[in-house]
Amino acid sequence: MQMSISEPEEIKINMTAMIDIVFQLLVFFIMTFKVVAMEGDFNIKMPLASESADSLDEELPDLITVRLEAGENGNISSIIVDDSETLREATMFPDLTNIVEDRLAGEGNPEQGSETEVEFDIDYNLKYSYTVKAIGAVSGKVLGDGKLKPLIKKVKFKDVGNGL
Amino acid sequence: MRLFKKKSTEILEGDLTPMIDMTFQLIAFFMLLINFSEVDRAEEILLPSSVLAVPPEVRPDYQIILNLEPSGVVVFEGQKNGIDLLNPLLSRQVDAAAREGIRDPADIAVIIRSHEDTPTGIVQELMAKCQESELQSFSLRVKNQK
Repeated sequence: MQMSISEPEEIKINMTAMIDIVFQLLVFFIMTFKVVAMEGDFNIKMPLASESADSLDEELPDLITVRLEAGENGNISSIIVDDSETLREATMFPDLTNIVEDRLAGEGNPEQGSETEVEFDIDYNLKYSYTVKAIGAVSGKVLGDGKLKPLIKKVKFKDVGNGL
Repeated sequence: MRLFKKKSTEILEGDLTPMIDMTFQLIAFFMLLINFSEVDRAEEILLPSSVLAVPPEVRPDYQIILNLEPSGVVVFEGQKNGIDLLNPLLSRQVDAAAREGIRDPADIAVIIRSHEDTPTGIVQELMAKCQESELQSFSLRVKNQK
């Protein structure tokens, strides 16, 4: 007796529903996708008044005071360094960087600047963007080859709490 | 003599496999990049930019992100509050950090995302308010220009 072997039927899965859902998911993710700009931080340590009083016995670090004065509409009008040098030109921020760099070089510590501290005394109305520019100016310098040269690491604000 | 063209009765089916593969890869790409932490960011805050601000290498163990508008309104976890009303919220955060094992408020990172036109005095007021809750570590967040 001869047995006939029937060919197996091809099983077809209906993909339409899955493809519909997949495309809807894709559209959802594309619509909600946002390119987020890279962000960075300037770190500021501000110990409380009681703690800073405890640390009075410790050797105080070198201090550079930088006063930022606001002009009209909160724009910057001048920068005064150590109550002696006044910067008013358009190049005041690079000039501030150079002054800080010279100070560190004079102290024989041009690279690190770890012990020297900068205290900012800032007019209330000065726009925050200028404050950030000034903090950036004392924090480091962009060299010709694009590398960053770190300068000051410790930054504090005057009149916030007691022992910044 | 009439000639009949033989009509093809087969159903034409394109091979959808590469398209589905590609679509799944796109979905995987967007799923990985989607940012669910939008609640920490306020869209209306335009950050100042700087080349020298360094992107944080390590995420702090516990962080509080405060978005500050030019008017002095603080956007925290999607809610708007005046600086004067922040104390209860900050205290709650300090307690939450303690429950996670961070007992010293000094170890909590306060990240200030302030609009570039905010008067600096208001930023300082915000810092002083945080100090009332014994918070001491601040990071001024800016847009990295690199």
